[in-house]
Amino acid sequence: MKFLRELLFPLAAVVAAFLAGAVLVALVGDSPVRTYELLIGSALTWPDGIGYTLFYATPLIFTGLAVAVAFRCGLLNIGAEGQLIIAAFATAWAGITFAGWPAWLLIPLCFLAAALSGAAWGAIPGVLKARFGAHEVITTIMMNFIAAALASYFTQYHFKKPGDAILQTVPVGEGAHIARLGRFLPGFPERIPLNLAFPLALAAALLVYLFLWRTRWGYEIRATGASPAAAEYGGISTGRRIVLAMALSGGLAGMVAVNEVLGYRYRYYDGFSAGYGFTGIAVALLGRNHPVGVILASLLFGALLRGGLFVDIFTENVSKDLVQVLQAIIILFVAAEAMFRGPFARLSKKRV
Amino acid sequence: MLELRDITKRFGDVLANDRVSLAVTPGTIHSLVGENGAGKSTAMRIAYGFYSADSGEVVVDGAPRKLGSPHDAIALGIGMVHQHFMLVETMTVAENIVLGVEPGGALALDLRAAGERVRDLSRSFGLQIDPEARVETLSVGQQQRVELLKALYREARLLILDEPTAVLSPQAVADLFRILRGMREQGKTIVIVTHKLSEVLEISDEVTVMRDGRVVGHRRTAETSAAELARLMVGRDVLLRVVKPAAKPGAPVLRVRDLSLQGAAGRRLDGVSFEVRAGEIVGVAGVEGNGQTELIDALAGLVDRRAVTGSIDLGGEDVTALPARGRNERGIAHVPEDRQRRGLLLDFDLAENAILGVDDRRPVAVGPGRSWLDREAIRRRAKKIVEAFDVRPPDLALPARSLSGGNQQKLILGRELELPPRLLLVAQPTRGVDIGGIEFIHRRLVELRDSGCAILLVSSELEEVTALSDRLLVMRQGRIVGEVDPARASTEEIGLLMTGGEAAA
Repeated sequence: MKFLRELLFPLAAVVAAFLAGAVLVALVGDSPVRTYELLIGSALTWPDGIGYTLFYATPLIFTGLAVAVAFRCGLLNIGAEGQLIIAAFATAWAGITFAGWPAWLLIPLCFLAAALSGAAWGAIPGVLKARFGAHEVITTIMMNFIAAALASYFTQYHFKKPGDAILQTVPVGEGAHIARLGRFLPGFPERIPLNLAFPLALAAALLVYLFLWRTRWGYEIRATGASPAAAEYGGISTGRRIVLAMALSGGLAGMVAVNEVLGYRYRYYDGFSAGYGFTGIAVALLGRNHPVGVILASLLFGALLRGGLFVDIFTENVSKDLVQVLQAIIILFVAAEAMFRGPFARLSKKRV
Repeated sequence: MLELRDITKRFGDVLANDRVSLAVTPGTIHSLVGENGAGKSTAMRIAYGFYSADSGEVVVDGAPRKLGSPHDAIALGIGMVHQHFMLVETMTVAENIVLGVEPGGALALDLRAAGERVRDLSRSFGLQIDPEARVETLSVGQQQRVELLKALYREARLLILDEPTAVLSPQAVADLFRILRGMREQGKTIVIVTHKLSEVLEISDEVTVMRDGRVVGHRRTAETSAAELARLMVGRDVLLRVVKPAAKPGAPVLRVRDLSLQGAAGRRLDGVSFEVRAGEIVGVAGVEGNGQTELIDALAGLVDRRAVTGSIDLGGEDVTALPARGRNERGIAHVPEDRQRRGLLLDFDLAENAILGVDDRRPVAVGPGRSWLDREAIRRRAKKIVEAFDVRPPDLALPARSLSGGNQQKLILGRELELPPRLLLVAQPTRGVDIGGIEFIHRRLVELRDSGCAILLVSSELEEVTALSDRLLVMRQGRIVGEVDPARASTEEIGLLMTGGEAAA
């Protein structure tokens, strides 16, 4: 019951956004019905539609969880983008440097590189906040630029194949590749890049849930986020919890590297992230900073990304930017939730 | 001059006012009393046009009026002073007073004329306020008088004061009452919304009592008593006096030596030394903001330890260098002054609030590294507290925010006593708590004392701190300026110590 009520407002926001989007589509002279048929239909075909929807959703689950964990501690981590870029580069570095290692050693090493580098990059703003009170919004944004510049630099001057026109590293060792799901699912082709990172993302959501609500660390992180003064009163070292939450957040964002580097491109490719870190903020917001909500929101955004491509190709006037417009409107509605709260709250109260 | 007839007001499912009728006689001081949530403030906000009633009528000067907004009320000569002042701190008194009714043309602002009028009003009502002074430089009591001036400037004939004494020192209360009596003599009518019975008896001519949204009694003050009013407010007989056997103090539990706390603008605590023994309640009286909050925080380990000098000794162990949790583990419990901000996680449910401070200890934390929270143990602990302290409603899944002030306080007290403590630091234990809750909390504190706990009590309610304490320390400007026997010392004597004799003149 409580769960359903939590779902009601995000759902209303999505419906409202689709209605507003329909008006826009009609305004530019296309049929809203056909456009939505394309958008939704193409995301749900088997195996390609669903395969790609889940593939696109995978990094968003990680970044959505990353933002949600930080938010539960009262922190707005705008730096998931930088954390995942650093992690992707570090993962590629590990996969290249130890290319000769067997898979059973190399894969765990690469996982570790992804998680630890992301965590370290996330912990820095955490420490700056805890020690000096530097606002994490500013520092994480700054760290994004540093991460992108560092990764580009090292790729260009140290890890690029000489003469390659594209800014990307040499490939990682074969042993670092993780399997695509097509290998395990009969009837699901291996050309679809959906890989083991997806079940890993679902597992991460479960772990985040258990951590936040069943461990004392999670309790203290949530207490710090809910009321720093009360947390301090309760003897909680809020500074340490802030650093922990930011490290965890960065680590989760870093796991995007597993999907992108180990499961898809097998190298670091400059500009691989289509703003996953920033979309993660929207995902967390729509998912109410809850792991289950994050998964649902990621699936929705993944489907929109997939469907957007088809809308782009098969309509006259609507481009795939429609997807971004829809995302933006959803966020606006979620943010303006208070508007809905009044009448809905009264309705649901009467029923009790 | 003001009459409410059969006013009914509903907020959602809550019936805030149920056929409320009351009449305020012109030229009198009228008290409106009741527990928190009894509907007093709602009724007065309706009279002030802030809310509109679902049914019933507001009668001013004999005629039913339609009050669409406070503007209408002001036009009829009704003014209101809210509990939280609505002043722009960086502006002068005169600027604040004319805000919204600026004299002069569209472009020019004639502050001089306004300043003159404010000066005249201030003089004729004995308010002693300088119109040129900036509001942020004024004391709380003076700011309250600025609010009074605001209403008088708008030619209010009826003034509604919502909990006017909640933030005042005893001397400032005396000043306020003197001013209010002066206003009555000059023909003003005053309504005071309050829950403090002693003040009702002292200042008002008539009193109306509300309970659960209804008016349950109307009395002439001269013909009633505190006991009768309390009974009307609560609906049963209430023990107003704290009953406590003589203390049997044991060995010292807390020894504070020369404790100082450096703040940004000077010393907040200045060489404080005292001790609290097992089985006694030591009270700390003082005008708010004279270091009591800092004293409690310093003892609980909630201030920057680098700013602290001196020593804190708990049962023979020096705890000065320990953080809050370390002190808590050694038996220092703390009921904080600001229960909403500090004492509770308002959005967390009762069960999660019941483990604040002990989340890393058995039996709450289990498994390797005591990492996992045992949900069953948490539930048991919360249930025990809720039952023992009669927290209502006893639904562990409710957010703490949904509890009334009294029930929030009972939850905190229950949680802190569950430690169990050797020393309890308790600040403003009954602020915003209704009479029934106050009685309960006082009884629990005395029981705790008699079970051998040392208690340090800070309260700005002088009555409370004198009634509960076995010894009473008085603080002023971060120093302990005296110790008195609470059973013998008079209010005046304590008040003089609190203010350093300044207000004696």
